[in-house]
Amino acid sequence: MKKKLMSVLLAAALVSSVLAGCGGAAPQASSEASASEESSGQAAFKIGGIGPTTGAAAIYGSDVRDAITIAVDEINAAGGINGYPIEYKFEDDEHNAEKAINAYNTLKDWGMQLLVGTVTSAPCIAVSEKTKEDNMFQLTPSGTAVNCVQYDNAFRVCFSDPNQGSASADYIAGNASLKDKKIAIIYDSSTEYSTGIHDSFVAKAGELSLDIVSDTSFTTDSATDFSVQLQTAKDAAAELLFLPIYYTEASLILQQADGMGYAPVFFGVDGMDGILGVENFDTSLAEGVYLLTPFSATADDELTVNFVKKFNDMTGHIPNQFGADAYDALYAIKAVAEAQNVTPDMSVSDICEAMKKGMVEIELTGVLTSPAAITWTAAGEPNKDPRAVIIENSEYVLAE
Amino acid sequence: MLNFLTYLVNGISLGSIYAIIALGYTMVYGIAKMLNFAHGDVIMIGSYLIYTFMVTGGVNPLLSVLLAMVCCTVLGIVTEKVAYKPLRGASSSLAVLITAIGVSYLLQNLALLIFTANPKSFSPVITWEGISLFDGELRIQGVTIVTIITSLIVLVCLQLFINRTRQGQAMIAVSEDKGAAALMGINVNNTISLTFAIGSGLAAVAGALLCSAYPNLTPYTGAMPGIKAFVAAVLGGIGSIPGAMIGGLTLGVIESLSKRYISTQLADAIVFSILIIVLLVRPTGLLGKKIQEKV
Amino acid sequence: MMKMTKQTRRDLITYGIVIVFYIVMQLLDLAGILSFHVKGLLVPLCYYAIAAVALNLVVGILGDLSLGHAGFMCIGAFSSSLFSVTLKDSGFPAGLRFFLALLIGTFFAALFGFLIGIPVLRLNGDYLAIVTLAFGEIIKNILAAVYFGYDEEGLHIAFKSFPLQGEGKMLINGAMGIQGTPTDSTFTIAVVILLLALFIVQNIVRSRTGRAIMSIRDNRIAAEAVGIQITKYKMTAFTISAAIAGTAGVLFSHNTTTLTATSTYFGYNVSILILVYVVLGGIGNIRGSVIATAILYILPEMLRGLSNYRMLIYAIVLIIIMLINWAPAAITFREKYGISAYLARRKENRTPVSDMGSGKGGS
Repeated sequence: MKKKLMSVLLAAALVSSVLAGCGGAAPQASSEASASEESSGQAAFKIGGIGPTTGAAAIYGSDVRDAITIAVDEINAAGGINGYPIEYKFEDDEHNAEKAINAYNTLKDWGMQLLVGTVTSAPCIAVSEKTKEDNMFQLTPSGTAVNCVQYDNAFRVCFSDPNQGSASADYIAGNASLKDKKIAIIYDSSTEYSTGIHDSFVAKAGELSLDIVSDTSFTTDSATDFSVQLQTAKDAAAELLFLPIYYTEASLILQQADGMGYAPVFFGVDGMDGILGVENFDTSLAEGVYLLTPFSATADDELTVNFVKKFNDMTGHIPNQFGADAYDALYAIKAVAEAQNVTPDMSVSDICEAMKKGMVEIELTGVLTSPAAITWTAAGEPNKDPRAVIIENSEYVLAE
Repeated sequence: MLNFLTYLVNGISLGSIYAIIALGYTMVYGIAKMLNFAHGDVIMIGSYLIYTFMVTGGVNPLLSVLLAMVCCTVLGIVTEKVAYKPLRGASSSLAVLITAIGVSYLLQNLALLIFTANPKSFSPVITWEGISLFDGELRIQGVTIVTIITSLIVLVCLQLFINRTRQGQAMIAVSEDKGAAALMGINVNNTISLTFAIGSGLAAVAGALLCSAYPNLTPYTGAMPGIKAFVAAVLGGIGSIPGAMIGGLTLGVIESLSKRYISTQLADAIVFSILIIVLLVRPTGLLGKKIQEKV
Repeated sequence: MMKMTKQTRRDLITYGIVIVFYIVMQLLDLAGILSFHVKGLLVPLCYYAIAAVALNLVVGILGDLSLGHAGFMCIGAFSSSLFSVTLKDSGFPAGLRFFLALLIGTFFAALFGFLIGIPVLRLNGDYLAIVTLAFGEIIKNILAAVYFGYDEEGLHIAFKSFPLQGEGKMLINGAMGIQGTPTDSTFTIAVVILLLALFIVQNIVRSRTGRAIMSIRDNRIAAEAVGIQITKYKMTAFTISAAIAGTAGVLFSHNTTTLTATSTYFGYNVSILILVYVVLGGIGNIRGSVIATAILYILPEMLRGLSNYRMLIYAIVLIIIMLINWAPAAITFREKYGISAYLARRKENRTPVSDMGSGKGGS
């Protein structure tokens, strides 16, 4: 009896939820069918964003979401793109490829014309298959894996994983004070980001005959205790610790290394950026940390100061490279759309073709590289130099 | 040899954290016969509370921990009354397991909204540096020593409480047979509420120690240590209080040594394999009671 | 069969619900009023429903708690993707390739289910649960660390990245997993497999084997005493369940192009999520699993409009539904005042008719 009733109850709930889904979707779907007429009436660019705003990777997605909001507000206040305002919607993907596709479909129903996303690599690759099918322009702020931009409609603002790994090895080999140091690596073997950088670093270090004495890893499931990895590095007498990981784990590594009295030179990549923004973090531990980063929140040019202030006012913390990448992504879209005279009444596919063409022609001065400019290759990669910075007095200082 | 000792000490410090979390787990399981999947998230809430009192409010660390214990105790009692108690006597014990998962999602997402996803660096409650042996070759951190001592104190107190007080005896009675306990005039509901209160209070202490050792606080901080502590509790024999202590320490040492001597990549797999082997040899864990099946 | 039993009718209703749902969705799609969002949800909905049906066989029918079914999905997903990726560019017909992929994924999941079942099923209760959880985590951990590829010198397998000599391809690339699985899963295939899974499980339940399995659940010692081979029947149920979960994994991996062995997709939390579907739908109630999956999978998607509060509301709704469905007090209340109580009272008033009713269903 009870089970029977429950099935009735559940079935009723199912029917209502499906109906609600269809009911909610119906007008959107029909607007999609007649996209050109409808959107000319609204006359706004519909830009969608996808990234994790819940789940363990939530910090990256929420930073991207907030940075885009800032950029959109600024652009709209300054008269929009080609005179048309931007409408912006961000969907959560929980750092899950399947949910990312659901998010993408939701945005398509909404009438998205341009996609800024997704934030993390694996979901980004999955979504890029869909944007390819729909020929929708995709600009990922921070999808670092090689395959994120394997199709010609996808571009990225950040560096690719191999690029960072080999650039790090190059930098170490080219630096007189670092090149003879024994190197230890601690990386996250359960993320594609960290393994990607690790693998290319190891390959390049072999070519440059750098001396790697210890190579250990951890997984997302055991990312709190690094004592063994640090002890192994210490026992191997490593003097330089390469950390191709995110700053949340890196901050723990710095603290634990300090606790055991181990003080090598720490060398991070763009994921390390943000370590000074961890609330209540003892920044003296990060003194002397090298990192190859595209973004410096303490730069004193007008663009960066403005962005950092607005971001801090909005979220209560200093933006890291994720926010900066996303902010620049919006300005890149604006620059390209203006150069190519893109208007909201064009079809998704036409916008994509124009954007693809324009993307390789622009030079963007954004918060990432200011005062220098970024350009893009047709392969979707940004041409910008990773800048090695060193943390001194809790500030990033350009290293030699 | 010294090298080995260092890794052993690392393992013990990790294990002591698992142990103190496992104590809360096993306590609730032993009496309420319920896998409380939200325990790790209560720890996370406790840590955020301590952080808020200590860093934002400027309250003395010890007082912060006490305040957090009070808050967590209240939280424990409220969740028990709202989400678990109505399901007592449900036709399957899985029902309450699922609401515990619901509570876990609820606490995580509540913390996400209140404290945001931005990680916070926890200020250690324990500022003692620890001791150095063999001319500084072997260091034992203060937080490790405090954690082990705290776990032992908690262990002894719980044992005394359960074996020497009327309330504790009531708990044993409830865990053996709810119906019979009720017939003997024991208030089963109050006894279970008390168990949750103690378990949640312990979670705040565990949070303080967890975040002193690994000072990185996000809404998901509690989830993984929670599940590891669950594994530790099972390894030691779930429901057994000394078993939780031993299970926690064993798990920590195995994890540390397998990372060092076998593989860092496969450490999780090795830890779980050893759990499986132990359970196959001793199906109720290291110190678990052998259950005689009745026809 | 002249007269259909009540059970057979129940089973047919289950298939009916799935088929009607399929037809309605297809019609809405033809009419062009199905949004991309809902369309994209259909295949995931099916594979989680299949996984829930599989888990219900273990949890509801066999009466053992498994927290490692995501591990079997993982095996199914990886073995079939490996096959499909290898054959993708060889001109092999796509339909046959996917059919073989389904068989391969199912077979390997069944094999692992069998191997894992041997030690696991000796345990009882929560200890069994934790060991299945452990096996799930081990599978995930190993697949996330393994590198597997071929080049001119043959096949290579290792736990560290290695360079390929000359022409070759990395098939499983460590944490990056398998890239480029063809997206062969369609709603139609997924529904067919769901129906097949329902058919298999419901028929087991109604068969002699099923009654033996359920007797173990209800009283193991008594079952043993009357000569039921406990191990054999436990292994049968567990292996079939693993196999079906593996098929769900094949649909999963052929729905998106990237496949990584991370906790997001194959961790214990996914196993628990499937368990939530099973418990909410009713332990042992196969139809309930399908319906509960539909509701709980769609719910967070429908809440997207709430942005930040989405998962919070989802958690609250989950707790409330559990309380309504399972709390003894709520059940008593429903039995007194609920719809089915009302229907039962009506039925009582017209007893002779109800018999004809079931007769009509059979003709």
